[in-house]
Amino acid sequence: MIKTLAKCIREYKTSSIFSPIFVSIEVILECLMPLVIMQFIAAISPTGSTSTEDVQMSTILYYGGILIAMAVLSLIAGMLSGRFAARASAGFAKNLRKDMYYAIQDYSFANIDRFSTSSLVTRQTTDVTNVQMAYMMIIRVAIRCPLMLIFSLVMSFTVNVTISWVFLALVPVLAAVLVFVIFKTHPIFERVFHKYDNMNRSVRENIKGIRVVKSFVREDFEKKKFEAASADVCKDFTFAERIMAVNTPVMQFCIWLSFLLIFLLAALITSSNLKAGIPVGDAVIGEEQLTVLIMYASQILSAVMQLSMVLVMIIIARTSAERIVAVLNEKSNIVSPENAVKEVKDGDILFDNVSFKYSKDAERFALEGVNLHIKSGQTIGILGGTGSSKSTLVNLIPRLYDTTEGAVYVGGVNVKDYDLDTLRNKVAMVLQKNVLFSGTIKDNLRWGKEDATDDEMVRVCRLACADDFIRTFPKGYDTYIEQGGTNVSGGQKQRLCIARALLKDPKVLILDDSTSAVDTKTDAMIRRSFREEIPNVTKIIIAQRVSSVQDADQIIVMDGGRIDAVGTHEELLANNAIYQEVYYSQNKIGNANAEGGAENA
Amino acid sequence: MRKANAAAQQRPKMHTFRLLGRLLSYLFHYYKGRLIAVFICIAVTAAAGISSSVFLTLVIDEVITPLAELAGEDFAVIQGTLAGLRGTLFKIIGGMGAMYIVALAASVFYNQTMAVVTQGFLRHVRDDMFSEMQALPIRYFDTHTHGDIMSVYTNDTDALRQLISMSIPQVFYSIIAAVTLFVIMLLYSLWLMIVVFAGVAIMALVAKFVGSRSARYFVRQQEVIGKTEGYIEEMMGGQKVIKVFCHEEQSKRDFDKINDALCDASDKANAYGNILMPAVMNIGHFAFVLVAIVAGLLVLFDAQNLSVTGWAPFSGAIIASFLNMSRQFSLNIGQVSMQINSVVMGLAGAGRIFELLDEQPETDDGYVTLVNADIAEDGTVTESAERTGKWAWRHPHHADGSVTYTELKGDIRLFDVDFGYVPEKIVLHNISIYAKPGQKIAFVGATGAGKTTITNLLNRFYDIADGKIRYDGININKIKKADLRRSLGIVLQDTNLFTGTIMENIRYGKLDATDEECIAAAKLANAHDFITRLPDGYNTVLRHEASNLSQGQRQLISIARAAVADPPVMILDEATSSIDTRTEALVQKGMDALMKGRTVFVIAHRLSTIQNSDAIMVLDHGRIIERGSHDQLIAQRGTYYQLYTGAFELE
Repeated sequence: MIKTLAKCIREYKTSSIFSPIFVSIEVILECLMPLVIMQFIAAISPTGSTSTEDVQMSTILYYGGILIAMAVLSLIAGMLSGRFAARASAGFAKNLRKDMYYAIQDYSFANIDRFSTSSLVTRQTTDVTNVQMAYMMIIRVAIRCPLMLIFSLVMSFTVNVTISWVFLALVPVLAAVLVFVIFKTHPIFERVFHKYDNMNRSVRENIKGIRVVKSFVREDFEKKKFEAASADVCKDFTFAERIMAVNTPVMQFCIWLSFLLIFLLAALITSSNLKAGIPVGDAVIGEEQLTVLIMYASQILSAVMQLSMVLVMIIIARTSAERIVAVLNEKSNIVSPENAVKEVKDGDILFDNVSFKYSKDAERFALEGVNLHIKSGQTIGILGGTGSSKSTLVNLIPRLYDTTEGAVYVGGVNVKDYDLDTLRNKVAMVLQKNVLFSGTIKDNLRWGKEDATDDEMVRVCRLACADDFIRTFPKGYDTYIEQGGTNVSGGQKQRLCIARALLKDPKVLILDDSTSAVDTKTDAMIRRSFREEIPNVTKIIIAQRVSSVQDADQIIVMDGGRIDAVGTHEELLANNAIYQEVYYSQNKIGNANAEGGAENA
Repeated sequence: MRKANAAAQQRPKMHTFRLLGRLLSYLFHYYKGRLIAVFICIAVTAAAGISSSVFLTLVIDEVITPLAELAGEDFAVIQGTLAGLRGTLFKIIGGMGAMYIVALAASVFYNQTMAVVTQGFLRHVRDDMFSEMQALPIRYFDTHTHGDIMSVYTNDTDALRQLISMSIPQVFYSIIAAVTLFVIMLLYSLWLMIVVFAGVAIMALVAKFVGSRSARYFVRQQEVIGKTEGYIEEMMGGQKVIKVFCHEEQSKRDFDKINDALCDASDKANAYGNILMPAVMNIGHFAFVLVAIVAGLLVLFDAQNLSVTGWAPFSGAIIASFLNMSRQFSLNIGQVSMQINSVVMGLAGAGRIFELLDEQPETDDGYVTLVNADIAEDGTVTESAERTGKWAWRHPHHADGSVTYTELKGDIRLFDVDFGYVPEKIVLHNISIYAKPGQKIAFVGATGAGKTTITNLLNRFYDIADGKIRYDGININKIKKADLRRSLGIVLQDTNLFTGTIMENIRYGKLDATDEECIAAAKLANAHDFITRLPDGYNTVLRHEASNLSQGQRQLISIARAAVADPPVMILDEATSSIDTRTEALVQKGMDALMKGRTVFVIAHRLSTIQNSDAIMVLDHGRIIERGSHDQLIAQRGTYYQLYTGAFELE
């Protein structure tokens, strides 16, 4: 996992190295400073070993100068390490997002199916932020604290060995308590966050479903439900927080205990020194030493405290890191082969004994034993109920999925031998769940062809019967489409999607239930313009309405992942039970009243 | 029109201190006693933490210095003095220890209490928000994006947690510590105090400068994150389209731009955040050195020390403790400056929470209520305490204090109704509809024609601007909203099922329904068949907005949910839109059974589902342009006829 993540540091390696270097310099200076201070105090103190007469201006300036120089250096080092840590972590996060985004762009449909949209979004945002924070902690605080701990200990030993043992004894005590707290609370937090998610989900459901709540007059019912969930969350969070709240008093206890011990030991050592007859000058532990030892004590203990916080951060980030790595390690199995074919000859399509299932472990084939030949330039209709694998069948043509058994040929070449871009540009697909992106109509159309001229765009929009309504917009082709295409109607959206696909100048055009929201008259006009304007393009139309496929050269009736029948409208109406059922369910009422009128219309 | 009418939601931002004041009073409202105890305990702890400086002075003055003065004395004298000093030392240490024990107890108490208070308060905030939200009118939900409302519950509440559990106690601790330090310094030396204050002032300025920038960039970072999230969400949602159009490279290029902007914002925010602590700490060092130098100079020139106790020569003890205090001072300022970010974000969150809480709830002046009724053969209606299957409107009359009962029949009439979501833009004009009990009324028209708007008026999600609506002859403004809505069943295109089992979801229509009633309703809606084929049947748990079911199956369950409520009037708004034509033929039978004997308003995209209506209203731009039965309208050869023959697009 770390190896995969480390690959994303790249150009931020320098920053990542500088940060710990400067932080080390900062720590060393911070640990040396108390020593200089000790000498300084000794030099100016009227009660120390020196008497008032010995205090020299030069001494004050000497120590003062050294200290200021050290503070300046430490300031610079500290700021630089902060600066570099910010850059390194922000850059690392950028690369993580970039690598994930790029990886996802290269995913095949099968890969995309494996992750939900919202989980991919979370992974690229929240999870990356968690890892970013942890990384910043690691290259700064996680370096700083252990160094601080070690240096301060070493320094305090040079001041007074006996008292320093106190610190050495307190460190494991504090560390043990903190680690205990972390490991105790971590699983609780994991569990609570789950409950917390559930509570928020219930809020989301209520916001979305407020009409239902209000229509059924369930406000109080929902309130009670929510209050129970919120009380539950509160209970667990309080429990976890109370364990966490042990930290601060324990830390205070350790610091105060060390103070007491410093004073007590200092006095005891002094008196025993004196008892032993050691000359007073050497025997007394002066105030300068006490001051410095107190400083070291707080440095050491706060280093331990911060280290525990870093530990928590890393634990939180670990789950996020795992989720990121899962995205990075997901490899697409659909890639262009070497020496790929870069030209699609024509729109001839052949299914040779094709079977397909969505995952290796799936029990049932989604598509089984399909043999089919579509000649270039034909119009093919596909009909069948939900779950009959109509979409699955056409998804295999532009190689959005790979067949499990058998092979698909386009223009006489196995789709696996094509360069993917070549194949998909020549096999244009209008998906069932189609999406327009935020941007102008032109921006959206240009997805089909980046450098399309206005004339080209108008031409395809005429073909798709979209030109008329686009012109009714005040801004015409420059009309801004909102995210998800919410400001155009479903039928308009579908026609724009068809136009966008036509701009590719494809050899095969697949419409996966793409005119369901278009009225029957326009639908018929689109089909007519296809027939007249792009006769050489193979057209495959999946539809719910019989009228949309009625005039196709061949109609394929799908049922339960198999081809039930292939034939023309007349043949199927005569022989195929499913086709008959669908046809009559859609036409029985209409016949009597509408047929006569339609002729006049 | 049904969707977000993102009207100007900007209201004047509350002033920071007023916001803080309001937050604190909200907090005190729930936890007054405990908070006072907490503040006292924090004060005790802070004072104890600071007083170690005093003890340092005491130990030096009373023990160490006398020891040092023993230099050159006789061994016997030393021995004698030592005994006395040891007593003094133990007294000091004992006093110190006792104080620490008290402070430790106080610390344990306030930390534990704050954990309880924080989470408890958040719970109250959430409950209050949820309760307020449930009372808000539909208009609120139509004019705010769901993401924004959601974010108040998640991001803003989380930001509040940090503010309450960490920042408020920390800031209070630091204030107490600073005041204590101030007093002690005044007791020791005025001169040195001035030096420390100069240092502190500079530190505060720097902290403010860096801190406010850090906070500003953190807010900016949040915005950019929001934008990035929006982009990623759009692209992830359209990922398959990207693949189909080989648009990967372009999409990567666009992403890089946004990603770089985020990196930049994040870099700046964190850089200022990271610099803050070293800057404040090292300025602390400067102040420290300054104190040392000034102290040295004062000693050098043998200057007299001025403190509240008067003039005296400098003692080493004072210098030592001052150095310690100046260090503590800068530590405290450092701690406070680290809270700037969370204070800024927490208050911004609190502002949005208050905004939600301040929203005007739905008003209800209705006084006519729905009661169980016994209906005698002669038509007289009497109220019944039990469920009789019959319902009546209980209509108290203010004038004479009498009460009349009207049988609930489902007769709904609209007279010349005008309505606009905003007063400037009227979207419904002169709508008159007469729905007799048991009739089926259908609405047909393009998106935005006003079909859904009419149903929004019937259950008073919105109130009409002009005209009258009568329910069984009663003005619907007089009917209590809850009772009005209880008498109307509604099935929407967006099914909005809740997390829970299928059984629970059906029971939502009538909370005390038995399993048998629920199953009967499911059978009526033709949902029983597919439900029993699921591995867990009626106990199948629906998760993630019921994504484990197809949209059509979800619609069937929501129909069953309305069926179990058994209301006299039903509104079906595109209730079967996602059911494929083959299945719909089956569902249609169930729907017909469901509609029998009820007044029904139907909005449907597929004209085949509404052909058997008693009356069809064709709407265009908020006006009824045609009305009549299917046969009448076909004969008219107007808009309906064109729609029916597919000459017009129905969207």
